[in-house]
Amino acid sequence: MIEGLFVGLLIGSICVFSFLFVQYHQYQVVGRALPTESDGHPKIYRMKLWNTNEVRAKSKFWYFLRKLKKVKKSNGQILAINEIFEKNPTKINNYGIWLRYQSRTGYHNMYKEFRDTTLNGAVEQMYSEMASRHRVRSPCIQIIKTATIPAKLCKRESTKQFHNSKIKFPLVFKKVRPPTRKLKTTYKASRPNLFV
Amino acid sequence: MGFKRYVEIGRVALINYGKEYGKLVVIVDVVDQNRALVDSPDMVRSQINFKRLTLTDIKIEINRVPKKKTLIEAMEKADVKGKWENSSWGRKLIVKERRAALTDFDRFKLMLAKIKRGGLVRQELSKLKKETAA
Repeated sequence: MIEGLFVGLLIGSICVFSFLFVQYHQYQVVGRALPTESDGHPKIYRMKLWNTNEVRAKSKFWYFLRKLKKVKKSNGQILAINEIFEKNPTKINNYGIWLRYQSRTGYHNMYKEFRDTTLNGAVEQMYSEMASRHRVRSPCIQIIKTATIPAKLCKRESTKQFHNSKIKFPLVFKKVRPPTRKLKTTYKASRPNLFV
Repeated sequence: MGFKRYVEIGRVALINYGKEYGKLVVIVDVVDQNRALVDSPDMVRSQINFKRLTLTDIKIEINRVPKKKTLIEAMEKADVKGKWENSSWGRKLIVKERRAALTDFDRFKLMLAKIKRGGLVRQELSKLKKETAA
């Protein structure tokens, strides 16, 4: 029986090496302190985390739990860790992510919106964007909350501009590239045609 | 000078990079500036980057994110397959595929056919030359 539920607390974790290969997974980690003579049934805590793999997720679970309760990995135990998968990856959602990050001068809160088909994809976008726009690396980011936002309640213009059922725009620049890396050559016989 | 092919819901596009290379898909929704949700009768609906798509002239009438059945019906109604295979672009791709699938025997037959055609052309040419010379 899960008595202490930290539903609102979510965590992000360790370095992003390369956007192409890092896939953030969402895990549910359940853990508690080890039972002692004074407390035979310690409270069980559950947390939802984002990380690249289970090992890191468990580590981050202890990182957060230490900050909240007097328990460490050495006197605690993880009861369960399960991966949470996206229910419907064919549907586009607007995700709002509330985060707390450490900048060079202090801690700040932030709210960001992303459009994606999966929550893990949105979280990965968030990490990328924080790294590029604010130079904040993933260990310094804590995800407070994530939610699927209906289109009416979106706050950012950059997501709202895609809420158009008759959306239409041209592709302005055509990147000319061979269909496989194998066919790549340094020199080409003619100049490429870049029009659409 | 203007843009004729737009990214819009119902635009048919060709995938030009990656595992799904050469497939015709329909843009079913736009995720954001760089990605679209695409769908095709024989694939699971998925998101793909615009860099991997080449837009075609074909557009079908669908609402945003239709059900698979509706999409297939709309594609039949607009006769996407027929239009594609009759367009010069589509025909060229079909010829390419055929050439890539030739066996050695087929290439031998092709060589004989080319020689025969060349011979006939040269006969006609020499006839014409004689007439103009005379």
